[in-house]
Amino acid sequence: MSDLHRKWYPIASSSDLPKRHVYQAQLLGREFAVWRADDGYVNVWENRCLHRGVRLSIGINNGSDLKCQYHGWRYANRTAGCTYIPAHPADAPARTICNNTYPAQEAHGLVWAGEQASGDLPPLDGFEAATVLRPVPVLAPMEMVVEALLAYGWDDSCSGRANADGSVTVTAADGAEVRLFVQPMDSNRSAIRGVSNQPVKGADRIRLLKRHSWLMQELRSQIEACASSQEAPPPYQPVIARVSEDLVDIPAIGTEMRKAELRVQVAGKEMTAEGIVSLRLEPVKGSLPTFQPGAHIDVHLPNGLVRQYSITNGPGETDHYRIGVKREPNSKGGSAAIHDAVKAGDVLAISAPRNNFPLRRNAEHTIFVAGGIGVTPLISMARALNAQGLSFEFHYFVQSDDHVAFKPQIGEYEQALILHKALTPEATGARLTEILAEPGFARHVYICGPGPMLEAARAIAAEQGWSDETVHFEYFANTAEVDDSTAFEVDLARSAMTLKVPAGKTILEVLRENGIDMPSSCEQGACGTCRCGVIEGAVKHQDVYLSDAEKAEGKSIMTCVSRAVSDRLILDI
Amino acid sequence: MPELKCKDPVAVNLWYAIAPLEDVKDARVQRSVLLEQPIAYTRNDAGDVVVWAYEGRPGDAPGDRALPVKERFGYFWTTLGMPERDIFPIPEYEEEDRRNIHAASFGVNASAPRLVENFLDMGHFPFVHTDILGAEPHTEVKEYFVEVSEERDEILASNCKFWQPMAAASSSGGADVDYIYRVPHPFCSVLYKSSPLDDGRNDVIAIFIQPFNQEQVRVHMLLSLLDDNSDDTQIRLFQQTIFGQDKPILENQYPKRLPLDPRAETPIRADKSAIAYRRWLSGKGVAYGVIPPSA
Repeated sequence: MSDLHRKWYPIASSSDLPKRHVYQAQLLGREFAVWRADDGYVNVWENRCLHRGVRLSIGINNGSDLKCQYHGWRYANRTAGCTYIPAHPADAPARTICNNTYPAQEAHGLVWAGEQASGDLPPLDGFEAATVLRPVPVLAPMEMVVEALLAYGWDDSCSGRANADGSVTVTAADGAEVRLFVQPMDSNRSAIRGVSNQPVKGADRIRLLKRHSWLMQELRSQIEACASSQEAPPPYQPVIARVSEDLVDIPAIGTEMRKAELRVQVAGKEMTAEGIVSLRLEPVKGSLPTFQPGAHIDVHLPNGLVRQYSITNGPGETDHYRIGVKREPNSKGGSAAIHDAVKAGDVLAISAPRNNFPLRRNAEHTIFVAGGIGVTPLISMARALNAQGLSFEFHYFVQSDDHVAFKPQIGEYEQALILHKALTPEATGARLTEILAEPGFARHVYICGPGPMLEAARAIAAEQGWSDETVHFEYFANTAEVDDSTAFEVDLARSAMTLKVPAGKTILEVLRENGIDMPSSCEQGACGTCRCGVIEGAVKHQDVYLSDAEKAEGKSIMTCVSRAVSDRLILDI
Repeated sequence: MPELKCKDPVAVNLWYAIAPLEDVKDARVQRSVLLEQPIAYTRNDAGDVVVWAYEGRPGDAPGDRALPVKERFGYFWTTLGMPERDIFPIPEYEEEDRRNIHAASFGVNASAPRLVENFLDMGHFPFVHTDILGAEPHTEVKEYFVEVSEERDEILASNCKFWQPMAAASSSGGADVDYIYRVPHPFCSVLYKSSPLDDGRNDVIAIFIQPFNQEQVRVHMLLSLLDDNSDDTQIRLFQQTIFGQDKPILENQYPKRLPLDPRAETPIRADKSAIAYRRWLSGKGVAYGVIPPSA
């Protein structure tokens, strides 16, 4: 990296980024896709999709994410993380699929960027109400253009001077001043981007722009005549960064344990419903990793407990995570700690988002069934489908109006929202039977809620002909009693180790004692993070994550709770 | 004999389709380019297609730079080198009840291997060929098989299924359509698609790519169909519509040459055939139109 790469350059005018547009820019030979999200954030990304290299500047700006034209991959506002791969709708994309982003700022009507830019933008005192001139492309190296700009002027009183930041200031006797920056698009291609200190409007503005365009074109001809008489420098060869190694072989194997790698500040804490508090978590520094609809985070509480909470954010809401926490009357201290001890301004440790409840977006119709606080992951899913205009209905079972959480968020899809209030278990069952009356081609159901309701919904769905692959669910907790009285051996096929799992210990614990890096989150068989492949041996499943079909198949195990029926299991680790 | 600009012995020693025979009717001399080498062709007095390399002006006869010629699948093929193998077979082409049609030759500002990968790819159907070969939200690429046949030295992707909104003119709704893909030549591919009109038999579509240089090509498309209903113009227009949708995507891929380094791009399971193709090219040592893996 040379000094050139550490500087800020204007690469576009703010007016080049109208709503839902993607602008193609170039700096030092590298192309950028530049786009403004609906929340105003300006994204400056490398102009190629990580999948097959297609320019993202021909992609679609959805306001919250950028969709590649070729295979419909979606990259989130701000983080550039891939949130959806349509070819594999049942999979959550690996968190490491993330496009290259570059530092960007917007100031004085210009968008500034640099491959490794840091520090402050060039100061522009006296240009607070400036007019941005039309950019002028010049087929010449940057240095030659800067040199020629020193002689730029619109009347005899004009004089130019070079500034330490590489720009040129031209001042007239009447105080009119123009600051000219040169954007090195490539070694032999530049753009002059100027700002005038005259805050003109309407016809005066057009007159000013025309006058400068005219004069600049004359200067451009002179510079290009001069440049064409010299040998052109070789074009810059921007380095294309290689993708991370774990993306080469598929599927990627998670290597993280229960880590609290992020620090977030509680930026807001408010009651969103009876007994449910909503927390807005913002990064202490830098930005937050990309989340996908259905994802959860581990929250490490001041009292040492670790709890999982689903992210409720809509697509593109990438500057914070919003979670909902219900006060559990039988709380072991998790929900009570959040309700009573955590306050706005506190810093919490959290894990990066993990998605074990991925949302398919290839359904013709999706039915969401939420019970109580189980609404949280489904809110994020429904917001994603709603933004894409896909068909869905959202059933929300609550005790009363006061228990309806996240009203502004679910209000986004009012047309699909159906509240079911104060139903008895029997009435709930009858209602579920109606809701789940019509299985069919490309129809999917997502259920999250209290254990008994979830069990009922799954049973009713199965009865009415919904296949296992079309019914997706997430339990908050595994309430079943876990039997850990057996002892057995595990063979680790890839690590070539044999380990003894004694009574009273989980496979996960034994793996960790022996230095095997295994990710986990809830550690009670509900979340699916510690899932591992089984090559041989019968499994005693004690989790609530796997579907009945997956359990019967016996190809996966939740290492935090499940055990061997036989004396030995061969695991794919 | 002047030296060739193409330094890749693998690419030089391959056969390439240059033009459909129906376009070489008379003694007019026509010009083209193969691997940066200007070539000319015509039909001689005996009625045979003759091809030669030239520099400057083509002249009107082969002179001492005549190139080998083969007629196959309705095209004439030539080579700048000395291929050890014959042109690969497409047995279906010979079946009596088929209609063999030259659909079109398209110029594309892209490398030949990028075109082959696009031809093998099903995942883009709903996004690029919207409402024809695919439609959102039906975007899933189901598991399929890929094998590299040592004996025939070609890649075979089979059991490929993709949901298509209008599989045939007679369909009342969407259905899974079956595909089989062959890559029998670094710059040619053949696909077999279940015929809507004849159960158990396949329509065949083949592309034969003629690289002008590493980043510009002409692609010749052959159809061998079991369709008696549509006329040639309808069939050609359909294929031209499809190709017209692919072209802007292909011309916006960066880098233009296909990177063979496995870490250059991000493959997914749906790209199994493309991964096999990249490995196969690496194994053959193909250097033309690709960015070889760094050592």
